[in-house]
Amino acid sequence: MIEILEARKGQIFEKGTEGTFDMACDKVSVAGSVSQRACVFCGSRVVLYPIADALHLIHGPVGCAAYTWDIRGSLSSGPELHRLSFSTDLREEEVIYGGEKKLYAALTELIGAYHPKAAFVYATCIIGLIGDDIQAVCRKVSDEQGIDVIPVHSEGFRGTKKDGYKAACEALFRLIGTDEQSIAAPHSINILGDFNLAGETWIIKEYYKQMGVEVVSCMTGDGRVDEIRRAHKAAMNVVQCSGSMTYLAKMMEKDYGIPFERVSYFGIEDTADALYKVARHFNDPAILKNTEELVRKEVSRIYPEVEAYRKYLEGKKAAIYVGGSFKAFSLVKALRHLGIATAIVGSQTGNREDYEYLEEICDEGTIIVDDTNPLELSRFMSERNVDLLIGGVKERPIAYKMGIAFCDHNHERKEALAGFEGMINFCREVHGSIMSPVWQFSPAKCLRAQKEEMEDANSIRQAAHS
Amino acid sequence: MLLRHTPETLTDRSALTVNPAKTCQPVGAMYAALGIHNCLPHSHGSQGCCAYHRSALTRHYKDPVMATTSSFTEGASVFGGQANLVEAINNIFAIYGPDIVAVHTTCLSEVIGDDLGQIINKALADGKIPKGKRVIHTNTPSFKGSHVTGFANMTQSMVQYLSEHTGKGTGQINIIPGFVEPSDMAEIKRNLSMMGIKGVLFPDTSEVVNGPLDGRFHMYPKGGATVSQITSAGDSAFTVSLGRTASLSAAKLLDTKCGVPFTNLDLPIGISAMDAFVDCLRKTAGVSVPDSIMVERGQVVDVMTDMHQYFYGKKAALVGDPDQLVSLVQFLTDMDMKILYVVTGTPAGEKFEERIRSFTGDDTVIKYGAGADMFYFHQLVKSGKPDLIFGNTYAKYIARDEDIPLIRIGFPIYDRVGHQYFPVVGYRGAMRLMEKILNAVMDRQDRDAPEESFELVM
Repeated sequence: MIEILEARKGQIFEKGTEGTFDMACDKVSVAGSVSQRACVFCGSRVVLYPIADALHLIHGPVGCAAYTWDIRGSLSSGPELHRLSFSTDLREEEVIYGGEKKLYAALTELIGAYHPKAAFVYATCIIGLIGDDIQAVCRKVSDEQGIDVIPVHSEGFRGTKKDGYKAACEALFRLIGTDEQSIAAPHSINILGDFNLAGETWIIKEYYKQMGVEVVSCMTGDGRVDEIRRAHKAAMNVVQCSGSMTYLAKMMEKDYGIPFERVSYFGIEDTADALYKVARHFNDPAILKNTEELVRKEVSRIYPEVEAYRKYLEGKKAAIYVGGSFKAFSLVKALRHLGIATAIVGSQTGNREDYEYLEEICDEGTIIVDDTNPLELSRFMSERNVDLLIGGVKERPIAYKMGIAFCDHNHERKEALAGFEGMINFCREVHGSIMSPVWQFSPAKCLRAQKEEMEDANSIRQAAHS
Repeated sequence: MLLRHTPETLTDRSALTVNPAKTCQPVGAMYAALGIHNCLPHSHGSQGCCAYHRSALTRHYKDPVMATTSSFTEGASVFGGQANLVEAINNIFAIYGPDIVAVHTTCLSEVIGDDLGQIINKALADGKIPKGKRVIHTNTPSFKGSHVTGFANMTQSMVQYLSEHTGKGTGQINIIPGFVEPSDMAEIKRNLSMMGIKGVLFPDTSEVVNGPLDGRFHMYPKGGATVSQITSAGDSAFTVSLGRTASLSAAKLLDTKCGVPFTNLDLPIGISAMDAFVDCLRKTAGVSVPDSIMVERGQVVDVMTDMHQYFYGKKAALVGDPDQLVSLVQFLTDMDMKILYVVTGTPAGEKFEERIRSFTGDDTVIKYGAGADMFYFHQLVKSGKPDLIFGNTYAKYIARDEDIPLIRIGFPIYDRVGHQYFPVVGYRGAMRLMEKILNAVMDRQDRDAPEESFELVM
């Protein structure tokens, strides 16, 4: 394998060559690495962001608000308050004398102007240092304004992005259970960990509707405060993006006795599995029948299309580098349907169990990485001669520069990739990029073709000699 | 209707920024550092800062943006970030092998009070910095200034750490281009070479963040001012700094530290500002302006003349960064347009306002610093109904809500390409701006014209 930093060795594994699987994950990035990871605040912000009728006020200097202003395509079917950027824009004076007054004034003004259903106040790095008591300010404003004002303890340095997910879950948990009036059907669920990127929540919700299962709330795609308040009335929690939301599901299980299942809506089997898991949980003949019909109808509808794409893509090789590892599992499987082998797979936030499962489902020789960096990733991609990279915003140009196709499976996806129709969109995106005529102009492609020709010639020569 | 909440009536907001018209210092410092050849920018703070800045720059340039982080944890925030930075420096040179590491602070490390100069000295004393390699730093507290200040601070630090006066005459001129696009930096260099002037331009991000696709991932692309070039800036005959906010501090320091005299000019956006730049170069370098440049200028005047009836009286609202705004306002007034509003989140100061007023007079609303955000700008736009909006990508919400064409200029531009490759500075840049403006104005006229007056020849 390529040369890697000593401190990173425990976070890289090549299946089949290194004996027993072991992965040192859950580590903070090595100081001085070009980490692709973000911080606690980022974790909280991405999870809570899609709640469209809440106020999201970022308490700190302007940057944290500026960089997270409408960058995530979490769609709303109604209010769009979440797409604005509110910041207390702390200046030197407040850093010295404290920002509580400014926070109080900002909250009061914003709630007066926008009448949100609830407000989230995000603490950024500096708040943890200057010691603003945001809890007290939130309580005061909450009493005065009569809405929930919830502090989110998301100081950037307090851990990794995962700790930010936790802080977000804690904030959500404060809202859950505050509506005692509503009732929910016995066959009802909460969708956890879908953020309605490109309208994905809507696709999933439609499936559940067809199955006869009531969706009480979605956390947080196309999210609404009132739905979250009564989420504890649901009979089951269905958790996607387990890295961000399992913590909440566990809290709800403990306090409200709501069982949960971890699922994924990416790819054919995983989507079908997810729906069946829910159907089996309720064990209601009508729901089971509806689910079977839905899955049969959808699979028979999309299968020929997937097969058509497979003709072009069979034999290609992919690299996957995504935020959460659960997504990586689904992608490995989804790519198999297209005849694409996964040569490299990694995530920013996977835990030990995740990587063990990943190792199980991957082919021999697959490289598994935790918290990689561009230099490593590019070397692996070049060594394994991959045709496709699946990743996020910072990975895209690296792939392109190397003449490698790319599919965004992160915030910037433009097409819904979830569910059965998401699979078709995924196939189309992968096909569109891998088969693009643009690669014929890329020097990398030419170099690669030359290399392959040489190898072919060599093997013919060798065969002739023997 | 995304911004339908925005009311027309202006109210005083003391505690709040809604939809900022600026961002924080470190991203500017990171961008400036990319303008040094073989340089790895380093963010001394939490991981998130570095990830956000890299994402922002990647979205703007559609190119890989490399930078490292000190990956602060709770411990570092209590005991200081010295251990993190020393370890980072060690790892960076061991693995990524840059010629130079340019460190900037974040609000976190500023409030903790890390003394970066001292830490770098310690790293040096501990042998963590290989021979011939450099580590420089600048302070970029996010709670002061804006991204433009961060750019200025990093540029100033380049002089502070690297530029030396040895007394050797180099016969070269320094150009400090300011927070402009790589295409603009390349255009300035092209003009220098047309005039036969030996120049050192820094920072220089051309062919760093707008490099070609050559089939490989380059940790350090081809472009950038080399350390030795920036060192030699201390021996240059003269400095021309472009833009008061982004470039003046570095030019001043070159003067006090190395005795290199300077002139500060507006960014050469538009004909008057470019005229001033060319004239300054001509005088200081003692060269005459070549015909090739005169032809480009003449073409600009030609289009301005041909189309002046379309520019006449058009009302413009501008939001962006101070140095760009000054020159842009001058150019638009040169074209007989009327400037309604000028807004920047950067605390640009009275000199900024004075300079804008010298072109526009008293009627223009100018606001900078606290309270100058996109929300406020939107309120102005609602009340005055300009014909054109000039701003970055975030102005598109306003443009859509008010149905007014947007000319994209500034940082960031996340939703179009072109800024990486086509300049707005120089006569060529003036031509490009005019084309953009005319297209916007004429497309709108075509769209709105009743059938009987829908014109073929315009």
